[in-house]
Amino acid sequence: MIPVMSSTVRWAASQLVVSTLLMIAAVEIAFSQGIPSGELRSGFDTMGPETQGMQRDDTRNPAMLWVLEGSRHWTTDPGNGKPACSGCHGDAPQSMKGVAIRYPVHDPSTGKPVDLAGRIQQCQSIRQDAAANPRESRPLLALSAYVALQSRSMRIDPSADERLAPARESGRQLFTTRVGQLNLSCAQCHDDNRGKRLGGSLIPQGHSNGYPLYRLEWQGVGSLQRRIRNCLTGVRAEPYTYGDSALIDLEIYLRERAVGLMMEAPAVRP
Amino acid sequence: MATALLYMPKTARRGEVITLKAVFSHPMETGYRRDVAGKPILRDIITTFTCRYEGVEVFRADFHAAIAANPFISFTTVATSSGQVIFTWTDGAGKSWSETAQLSVSA
Repeated sequence: MIPVMSSTVRWAASQLVVSTLLMIAAVEIAFSQGIPSGELRSGFDTMGPETQGMQRDDTRNPAMLWVLEGSRHWTTDPGNGKPACSGCHGDAPQSMKGVAIRYPVHDPSTGKPVDLAGRIQQCQSIRQDAAANPRESRPLLALSAYVALQSRSMRIDPSADERLAPARESGRQLFTTRVGQLNLSCAQCHDDNRGKRLGGSLIPQGHSNGYPLYRLEWQGVGSLQRRIRNCLTGVRAEPYTYGDSALIDLEIYLRERAVGLMMEAPAVRP
Repeated sequence: MATALLYMPKTARRGEVITLKAVFSHPMETGYRRDVAGKPILRDIITTFTCRYEGVEVFRADFHAAIAANPFISFTTVATSSGQVIFTWTDGAGKSWSETAQLSVSA
């Protein structure tokens, strides 16, 4: 539930967040050492019991609406004689099991890394000869959520492809580089100050194991790229456009960083 | 395309209290927000939810603008006889959506 706030209260709250961010920025923070494997915590562990309850019980998880839509798209052919997803891949619970836990992967056809949503778009445009659903559109989120669901409760197992190494390193660089008017890096919050508070909110470790997920603030399902863009706006940096290689690099690094956690998609977050 | 998820038992014993749950895909736009161009976004909310079991209305709820998007509703009723359970949502413009489930009741 979104609490109803007057515009004055909301303005005051936003000023508090900004001033807290500025305070963090002002303190000299040691170079991030990452998170020791024993201290890995999914965002699930640090959220409130009500939100945990929503995620635990699929009958209360609104993301299941997207999953239902995704399962319909999966078996619907594009109407041009080309097969539906199921025409090649068959039953998703079998064929897509364990797929989401290793993405992003290296794509030999383009020589670049591709994330799960990008792979679905590629299938739509090349193999289905249809217009690919745009990034962050409802059908693409629905298909991504449906595919990701098939890996639920499996351990994150990133692609070990050596060709991903430069992108992973670039992702790590992006994660630890200060950006924006607040001059903060991802790592300064999500590694160094994880578990502390920013305004009234707990700073989570920032793992990717629940995406795409239903965020109460969004009142809908969104991708990891949307979340990263939110954070970039939060530190007053210019967000990368959806599908940008920088976002894919960050996704690769975040996959590596979440090793040890289980896939929760489609999760619920506050 | 309206999407809804219904959760209820397929079978029940006569006299048993059953829990019915429903999630309906809807933006529940309050009418208080503005888009990026500053234009008000028109109110678009579900106003009424009803559940009819064997032709009898067993549950009704009025929704208002403070209800979150994709509303979730959970209620109970007593299983009396086998029959159809019809869930109906109506929005402010009078548009209506229905989903039907079958309940089989044993003695």
